[in-house]
Amino acid sequence: MNRRIDVSLTVNGEKVSRSVDTRTHLIDFLRSELGLTGAHTACEHGVCGACTVRVDGDAVRGCLVMAASLDGAVVETIEGLSDTGEIRDLQAAFVARNASQCGYCTPGMLVSAADILKHAPNASRDDIREHISGNYCRCTGYQAIVDAIDDVLKARRESEAA
Amino acid sequence: MKWPAMGYARVDSLDGLWRALDAAGPEAQILAGGQSLLATLSFRLSEPSGLIDITRIASLKGIGVTEAALRIGALTRHADLARDPLVARHAPLLAQAAPLIAHPAIRNRGTIGGSLALADPAAELPACVVALGATIVLASRSGERRVAASDFFKGLFTTDLEPGEIVVAVEVPVATAASRQTIVEVTRRSGDYAMAGLAAVLSIQADGGVADCRLVFFGVGSGAEIAQAASAALIGQQLSDASIAAAKAALADDLDPPSDLHGGPELKRHLAGVLLARALRPFLARSEQAA
Amino acid sequence: MNEIVTPRSLGLSREDLPNSYIGRAVPRPNARKLVEGRATYTDDVSLPRLVHAAFLRSPHAHARIVSIDTSAALDVPGVVRVFTGAELAKVCDPWVAVLAHLKGMKSAPQYPLPLERATWQGEAVVAVVADTRAAAEDGVAALAVLFDPLPAQVDMETALRPDAVIIHPELGDNLVFTRTAETGDVAAAFASAHKIVEATFHTGRHTGVTLEPRSIIADYNRADGTLTVHHSTQAPHMMQNVFATQLRMPEGDVRVICKDVGGSYGIKVHVYPDEMAVACMSRIMGRPVKFIADRFEAFGSDIHARDHRITGRLAVDAEGRFLAFDIDDLTGIGPYSVYPRTSAVEGNQVVNLCGGPYAFGAYRCTTTVVLQNKSPTCQYRAVGHPIATAVTEGLVDLAAEALGLDPVAIRRKNLIRDDAYPCTSPAGMRFEGLSHHASLDKLLDMVPLERIRADQAEQRRKGVYRGLGFASFIELTNPSPFMYGIGGAKISAQDGCTVRMDPDGSVVALSGVTEQGQGTEAILAQIVAHGVGVPVAKVKVVTGDTQTTPYGGGTWACRGAGIGGEAALQSAIALKEQILQVAGAMLQAQPSSLDIIMGEVVDRATGQSRMPLSELGRIVYYRGDTLPKDLARELVQTRHYITKEYPFAFTNGIQASWLEVDIETGIVKLLEHWCVEDCGRVINPMLVDEQVRGGIVQGIGGALYEHCIYNKDGQLLTTTLADYLVPMAAEMPDMHVGHVETPTQESLLGAKGAGEAGTAGAPAAIMNAINDALGPLSAKVFAQPFTPERILKALGTIA
Repeated sequence: MNRRIDVSLTVNGEKVSRSVDTRTHLIDFLRSELGLTGAHTACEHGVCGACTVRVDGDAVRGCLVMAASLDGAVVETIEGLSDTGEIRDLQAAFVARNASQCGYCTPGMLVSAADILKHAPNASRDDIREHISGNYCRCTGYQAIVDAIDDVLKARRESEAA
Repeated sequence: MKWPAMGYARVDSLDGLWRALDAAGPEAQILAGGQSLLATLSFRLSEPSGLIDITRIASLKGIGVTEAALRIGALTRHADLARDPLVARHAPLLAQAAPLIAHPAIRNRGTIGGSLALADPAAELPACVVALGATIVLASRSGERRVAASDFFKGLFTTDLEPGEIVVAVEVPVATAASRQTIVEVTRRSGDYAMAGLAAVLSIQADGGVADCRLVFFGVGSGAEIAQAASAALIGQQLSDASIAAAKAALADDLDPPSDLHGGPELKRHLAGVLLARALRPFLARSEQAA
Repeated sequence: MNEIVTPRSLGLSREDLPNSYIGRAVPRPNARKLVEGRATYTDDVSLPRLVHAAFLRSPHAHARIVSIDTSAALDVPGVVRVFTGAELAKVCDPWVAVLAHLKGMKSAPQYPLPLERATWQGEAVVAVVADTRAAAEDGVAALAVLFDPLPAQVDMETALRPDAVIIHPELGDNLVFTRTAETGDVAAAFASAHKIVEATFHTGRHTGVTLEPRSIIADYNRADGTLTVHHSTQAPHMMQNVFATQLRMPEGDVRVICKDVGGSYGIKVHVYPDEMAVACMSRIMGRPVKFIADRFEAFGSDIHARDHRITGRLAVDAEGRFLAFDIDDLTGIGPYSVYPRTSAVEGNQVVNLCGGPYAFGAYRCTTTVVLQNKSPTCQYRAVGHPIATAVTEGLVDLAAEALGLDPVAIRRKNLIRDDAYPCTSPAGMRFEGLSHHASLDKLLDMVPLERIRADQAEQRRKGVYRGLGFASFIELTNPSPFMYGIGGAKISAQDGCTVRMDPDGSVVALSGVTEQGQGTEAILAQIVAHGVGVPVAKVKVVTGDTQTTPYGGGTWACRGAGIGGEAALQSAIALKEQILQVAGAMLQAQPSSLDIIMGEVVDRATGQSRMPLSELGRIVYYRGDTLPKDLARELVQTRHYITKEYPFAFTNGIQASWLEVDIETGIVKLLEHWCVEDCGRVINPMLVDEQVRGGIVQGIGGALYEHCIYNKDGQLLTTTLADYLVPMAAEMPDMHVGHVETPTQESLLGAKGAGEAGTAGAPAAIMNAINDALGPLSAKVFAQPFTPERILKALGTIA
């Protein structure tokens, strides 16, 4: 079997073609090959969520995805989500609420939070807590993060209603 | 740790898979969702010569229903189980179980076939399919075979899968009006592997009599543990506080839990008994529940 | 004390000017880069010719290194070089972590990699350098190291017995440090007591789990003889000195750069042998070497903390007044005291802090610090505080129970009066000004006590067990040289700030304290904006570079705001005075008749704008010819600050926890949590609140979840984040934070530390709440973490 695989994929809207080492997970690929250092590795065994990015629209653990398996995939990272403005309100709420301290978990946390905005617009505070449970934050105590997501859900619901 | 060096091949049909398995040799492993397998690679606990990616085999996907059974393709993700209307209707246990598995990002990749093939003793889905009396559909170059879920699991991370064979689907008998299904577990934190868990499937007749009962524990042994004595204690009885207590007492013969970081066997035995009562009490007639 | 100028006397009161930022919840200017993935953590840095290090770590708790065969590793593709302890010792001197003021303290010399024996499982033994981390790990896997396993001394309780394994034979025994102190007549107090309560407490060994693992790139440049270290650290100047000293280099040739840090909590303020090895390897190879600890090795090589057994006794009189505390603390610290802070400070702090919030007469304490073959322990967030608070508050609740007093009433009766300051505690701690009673009052305003007690009674009737627990605490912040400097450690207690104005009127502040996410840079920007008189957006803050910032201690022991903040305020005020001198010359006005508001020089009396700072800057920098020849025009000022009157600025507070114990499963569900704390002047309430909440959650972690579990052979069993349980969002309660402000009079700013208050009090509040919940069942727990198994055992449900 091959230990290098050619893949062509779309990352943050840009076409990318690379020959990747099969032992490379998506986060190392993004960070070392593409210079996208927004997503972080913190455990590399799928527990902490710092590496959460989107693949084909779904939030996934980047450390549990083989880069070699991503031919044809659509990958979005915090850099891409920042460029498109999709979560600008969420990012602003994180700043306003100080929902980020050291910031290491923040990109992954935001990708998970974006998932709530997309799939659970009526999420309660408990729902939010449950949904972001796979994303460790060691600094904030989570409350500001819950507040920020809650703020954005409410604001989006209000603007929908208006 | 970084993953070991290994090969990779992707196949898009079962025929392609058989060819790839032949070419790769016995040290290769099959990659479905990868949410457990890839994590073990980062401890270098397993060092496969290569991974054969089956995630694009169309015939392993999809959920359909026949008269008697719900067929769930092996590549069905936990997230799909949680939101699929057919699963919710015909196998509500699986819809209840899915949100208990790890966290959303894991559920977006992890598959039912992968979970069953791994046979983690603390995992929810093996216990669920055993409780449901499901059939595991296996395939190899020589064709398909069907194995009762209770025969499929052979122990700690061990199944009936032969080399060169994969899980292609799970067939679950559809729920009837008499079906009662529930899953309960004790975890330190939401999404953790359970300290103890129970998948319970009962058939309760209109008069409150238990026609059938399968209590299957997880996280308390080497796999999906069928509580034979406890289940037998309920069958043919009226479901009541007394029969639940009898089932709880019968559990002592059913389980032989190992120690783990949470505590010793006695802790797990105790929790199993608590879960048994918690699982069954909601199925009591309303008058009994109030008491 | 410094001359007492008040903020108001300087026109720096908090609300009267738009640029009066002290006390305002200003969003952090540097937060946006965090939410857009544009921060720069050490692993984000890549350098030409970079190579990566990985370590073979000891699989044994204690073993002789018989032989190291590197040949197969050197054949692994990508492997560049393999290093053993002996090679690194040629360029690096060993260190011994003792402090002179901890009398009799001893420890063994420690090398980057051990020369003869591995003394804990997880200790780095051999290093492999390769072109990728993966290749370096392949190289490690190919090493053939022969170990001869030796008996391990794992249990701290047996470390001093005659049959103990002596971990460093040259030390004679495993005793690192012991101290007994007594104030007043403890024996008489206990003899005369109406009641004596006693309990033995255990705190679980735990660790910091910074999400960004320890990270370092060392880059020795042979051409100019400099070593540049990109380091995820809390103390860049301290590390500059350590690298220079141990690698025998002039200090000026070492530069430590510390950009964004992904969490530290005390974990990243220590000298780690594997990081020293990285510096050595770069020194030898003359090229940059990167080491990023992975999570697996972090659990076995990051410092652990809080492995204590404490027996405490409290004597009370018939009215419920405290007479005396008697505390005996034992801690196991691993095989070495950790450099340069030492591993004896935690135990010492426990006995310094016990009984801290209360007025009582006599105190006796013993602390004993012993070696063992486990990961080294050292200072982690709120060093010793959560232990001392749990012991104290646990005894207080036992006393309340013994006397039939309400937990609030007994605290009210014994907390040091708010008008009793300054005073010195029986443990010898000097308090400048605390607010225990005001804090208790405020807490009782926030906690709906009646509703809770009614709910508790009603739930108990339904067989649901809920409990409310309180914990008063003190916290030591703003450390002076009395913490480390007097012991001989080169750890700066002073800190400096340089503030300059650039031509466009913007302000740059360079500070020796560092940012780990707590918001240091944000509060420095607020303070400087406030002090100079400019909008906060006009201030840029630079930290984390030994070559550009004033020499300072960095960020630890809650000193960033109190020490670094005061240096920033003093330098900002000096800059403002300097600007007004220049403005006076330009405007033909007395400088004292002018002021600066929101970046404009204004007439002080009328507030009328006279000149924007950008105009002043333009003239100073580009048309200096138009100014008087003898005018001082350096629009840059530096001030350093150190506390002088008190060894520490103590803060205080009180927490309450409301929770439910599932008595069938032993699972604790947190319902609500409150904290009132007094960190003196609050600079940014939003940041303080989040520091407190984050601290509470780390305290909750220790109380309920986190535990480094070893087997009897010294093998660490909790080596993944699936086994070592860090608090996650779903189980955490909403937390309410309130403040009382008792500014320290030592500084103009009046700020004390806030980062450890949450951690200090939370475990005690939770323990007391659990024991309150279990009260009707006559069960009590004193050993953290309070796991389901321990709770079920306390209930007698399981044996």
